[in-house]
Amino acid sequence: MEIQLFIDENQIIIPNTIVNTVIAGIILSILAITAVHKAKKADIDEPPSGFMNLIEIMVESINNMVVSNMGERNIKFAPFILTLISFLVVSNLSGLFTIVSPTSDYSVTLTLALIVFFTIQYNKIKSQGGMLGYMKGFAKPYAVMTPINIISEIANPVSMSFRLFGNIMSGTLIMGMLYSALGYFAPLITPVLHLYFDIFSGVLQAFIFTMLTMVFINNAT
Amino acid sequence: MLQGISSEGFVLGCSALGAGIAMVASIGPGFGQGIAAGKAAEAVGRQPEAQSEITRTMILGQAVAETSSIYSLIIAIILLFVQPLLSGL
Repeated sequence: MEIQLFIDENQIIIPNTIVNTVIAGIILSILAITAVHKAKKADIDEPPSGFMNLIEIMVESINNMVVSNMGERNIKFAPFILTLISFLVVSNLSGLFTIVSPTSDYSVTLTLALIVFFTIQYNKIKSQGGMLGYMKGFAKPYAVMTPINIISEIANPVSMSFRLFGNIMSGTLIMGMLYSALGYFAPLITPVLHLYFDIFSGVLQAFIFTMLTMVFINNAT
Repeated sequence: MLQGISSEGFVLGCSALGAGIAMVASIGPGFGQGIAAGKAAEAVGRQPEAQSEITRTMILGQAVAETSSIYSLIIAIILLFVQPLLSGL
């Protein structure tokens, strides 16, 4: 669903993928507020059960992944990584619930890739000692490799955003074409394709994006 | 007799041809990912305890290697659905 606003005579149209980004954010906020509410009432000495168990599994596994991929000194990035992977999983799986996936729009994936890009550049500036050290870092092995280093820095967000966009949008497109081509007989063939395109490809691409983020931030600090 | 083709039809037909040729670029990653999966199976056979580590590394490497095939898919989809060459007529 898209939102159309009318201001005097001008019309502003907010596309449906952007509205679904806000919906994914609302779902994650409800989950987070429920988790905090249950965590305050939980007993520390008893093993967790139900919803708290799920939350503890997620937090613990993300902490283990961050420590094993990025080292002990980067544990402060663990909340960012958990936010990234849960937003990507929720938005990639929303194709199962007739909500057009936000990541099938190139604006959303480019935004996510640029967030990671600026995080990496900021951490590089901080760890290589100011702007001067950062610029000298591009000439690191030999001075003639400076353009190659710059291009490889720019290629990272481009390839990450295109990988996520291409996978999710091609799944959405193929499912849409199949549903309109088969019409009434679509439920004979599409459940298997939903299993592959939405569940397997969605979770895998979210995982890949997060792993690449962790590897790049590890190189930058 | 063969009538003339309108220039709009000609551009659309050539866009469709270009989209088909662009997808030939998917041969490379399919070939390479199969070889990577074979080497992963060999490594699991040599050391079955490390299976989950090997599987994770293989999936990570294959998703990165698939990127060039995704680039060609995006070119094909843009040629078919956005039809940018029609605006130059």
